[in-house]
Amino acid sequence: MKKVIMGNHALSYGAMLSRAQVIPAYPITPQTQVVELLSEMCASKTLDAKFIKVESEHSAMASCISASAAGARTFTATSAQGLALMHEMLHWASGGRHPVVLGNINRAMAPGWSIWTDQNDSLSERDTGWMQFYCSSNQEVLDSVIQAYKVGEALMIPAMVILDAFALSHTYEVVEIPEQDKVDAFLPPFKPEIRLTPDDPHAFGGLTGPEHYFELRYKLQKDMEKAPALIEGTGLEFERLFGRRLGLVDEYKCGDADLLFVSSGTAGYTANVAVDLLRDEGIKAGNLRMRVVRPFPFETVRRILGKAKKAAVVDRNISYGHHGIFYQEVKSALYGVKKAPPVFGYITGLGGRDITPDTFKEIAAHALAKDGPDEEIVWIGVKR
Amino acid sequence: MKEKKAKRIVYRSEREMPLMVISVGSQTHNLTGAWRNIRPEIDLEKCLKCGICWKFCPEPAIEIVDERPVVDYDYCKGCGICAEECPAKCIVMAEERK
Amino acid sequence: MVEIRFHGRGGQGTVVASKVLADAIAKEGNWVQAYPEFGVERRGSPVVAFIRIDDKRIYDKSRIYAPDHVVVLDPTLVEAIDITEGLKEGGTIIINTDRKPDEFPFRGRFDVRTVHATEIAVKHKLGNLAAPIVNTAITGAVVKVLGLTKLESLAQAIREAIAIKPEDNVKAAQEAYERA
Repeated sequence: MKKVIMGNHALSYGAMLSRAQVIPAYPITPQTQVVELLSEMCASKTLDAKFIKVESEHSAMASCISASAAGARTFTATSAQGLALMHEMLHWASGGRHPVVLGNINRAMAPGWSIWTDQNDSLSERDTGWMQFYCSSNQEVLDSVIQAYKVGEALMIPAMVILDAFALSHTYEVVEIPEQDKVDAFLPPFKPEIRLTPDDPHAFGGLTGPEHYFELRYKLQKDMEKAPALIEGTGLEFERLFGRRLGLVDEYKCGDADLLFVSSGTAGYTANVAVDLLRDEGIKAGNLRMRVVRPFPFETVRRILGKAKKAAVVDRNISYGHHGIFYQEVKSALYGVKKAPPVFGYITGLGGRDITPDTFKEIAAHALAKDGPDEEIVWIGVKR
Repeated sequence: MKEKKAKRIVYRSEREMPLMVISVGSQTHNLTGAWRNIRPEIDLEKCLKCGICWKFCPEPAIEIVDERPVVDYDYCKGCGICAEECPAKCIVMAEERK
Repeated sequence: MVEIRFHGRGGQGTVVASKVLADAIAKEGNWVQAYPEFGVERRGSPVVAFIRIDDKRIYDKSRIYAPDHVVVLDPTLVEAIDITEGLKEGGTIIINTDRKPDEFPFRGRFDVRTVHATEIAVKHKLGNLAAPIVNTAITGAVVKVLGLTKLESLAQAIREAIAIKPEDNVKAAQEAYERA
C-alpha cells in the first residue's frame, strides 16, 4: 500500500512492521512524531508492544537493553542531545550484545541551540559499536528498520537508523508500506541463544577482568566484520521480496565518472540532481552515497573510488582539529591503494544550512580546477 | 573460612566464550568477607523475624533459615546496614575477631 | 517538476493543506514531496509549506526557492509579506479573498486567481468567522486551477486525512473547485 508519510512516521511503521515488542522512549524535537505514532499504535493495539514512558534518554536505552536481554525486540528513537545522554548506555547495548534498533534524527549539537540537521550527533557515537545506516528517503528509513533488525539480530549487534532533521523527519514522501506477512517472512521473531530468564538465571554484564574483556571486544569486532557481507546479502533478499535494493552504498553514475561525489543523508540524494546537471554540461560526474558507515564498507569504497579520477567528499559534520569525518574515513580506506584518486574534503550544511544542487556544482568547480587537494578542509557556504 | 562450592570460570580462548559476559562466577569466587573489619552479630532471642535485614543487605549475604536470619560471613562486607535497619535493634556490629 | 509554496498563518492548517494535496496527487501515481517550514511554528505567525511534484522519483531534497505557483490561505498576508518572493515569472498565485484578481499589484507579472475560500468554509461550518478553516476549500481551488490531480482523488485524500467533519470538508473543496 502506498502512503504519503513523514520520515518520522516511516520509522514508526518500520518498528510496527518489525513487530517491536518493547518501546521505551523520551520525546525530543525533531523526533516527537516517531514516538507519538508508536504510542497511538500501542494504545489502539495495532501494535502488540509495551510502550514505556521513561524519564530520560539514558533510561530509554537502559530499558531497551534490559528488555532485549530478556529476549524482546526493542525500538527507541531520539536525536542530538538525547543521543548524547544515551552515550553510556550505547556502549552497554553493544558490549552486552543486545540488538536494539534506534532511530536517530540527525540534529546539530548545542550550543547554539539548534533543532536543524547535521551529522555530529550520530558521528560522535561512531565508535560505540553500533551499526549506522544513513538514509536518504522515507522509503529507505522504513526498509532500513526492518533490515537493521535482521542483520542486528543475526550478529547480536545494535543498529542506528539515521535520518536528517526536517529534510526527512518532517518531509512527506510516497512510501510503499510492505505487507505484514511478507515482512514476517523476511524477519522471523527474535530468539536469542542466551537470555535473561528466571528458568535459567544468569548475571549479565558482571565484573569482567583483564583475562576476559579483551576477547569479548575481539569478538564484537569479528562479528562487525561479518556485517558488510550480511548487509549486502539481506539487501538482496529484501530486493527479491520487496523489489527495493538495500546495499552498503548507493551508486549513481559512478562507472565512468571523472569526478565522484561521496555523500550521505538527504544531501546524498540531492547530489544525484547535481550529477545530472553536470553531465548536461559535459562533465562526467557520479555520486557514491554512503548508506552504511559502521561497519565501514572498505572493499566497496576501494573498488568504486579506485576507478574514479577525482573524489569530492561532502561532510555535513566535522571532527574539530581534524577534518570532515567521512573525508577521514574515505582517505583511510584508500591508503596504500594503487592509483587511488586525489580526494578533496568539503564541509557544508552544518546546523541545517541547506545543501542544494548548486552546492554540489560549486564543489565540482573547485575540485575540477585543481590537480589535488591543497587544503585539508574546503568550506562551502561559510559567510566570510 | 569454609570452602565454597562456587567455581571460577576461566575461558582459555575467545572461541569458548559466549558473546557477552554472563555468570563467569566473579561474584561467587570473590569472597568479599575478607574486606570486613566489623561484623554483624544477631541476638536471635530478640529477633522479630521481620526479614528487614535480609531485604536491606546489599550483598546479599543474609539468608533466612527457619524464619531467622543467618549471615554468610564469606560475603558479608560488614557495612552495618542490617544493624542500622533492624527495628528490634538485635543486630550489633562487633569488632572483627582476628 | 512542479513546485508550489503555500502561505498561511500558524493554526490555519497550511501544512495540512499541502499534505492533503500531496496525498491526492500521489493517488494519481505521481511522486510528491511535501514539507513545512523547517523550524518552530507559532499560532498566528506567517507560515509556509511546500510541495514538489514530478512524474519520476524526486532526488532533490533541498528547499524550494523558486516555486512555479503560490497559494495564499490568508488574504492579509499579501500586504504583510512578499508572497511573490522567488516565484517564477508567469507563475500562478491562488489567493483566498473576496477581491478580484486585477485588484492585486502583481497582476500582469503573474497569473492571479482568487477564490473566496473563507466564505465557503463558513458556509460549510468549518471553524467560525473569527477562525475559519479554509485549508480544505483552498485545495479544491488549487486542483481546479493547476489541474494536478482529479477532484475525486482530492475528496478521497480529504476523507482519509480529516477526522472532524470530513464530508463538509469535501463539500467545501468541491464548491471551491466549482467557483475557482
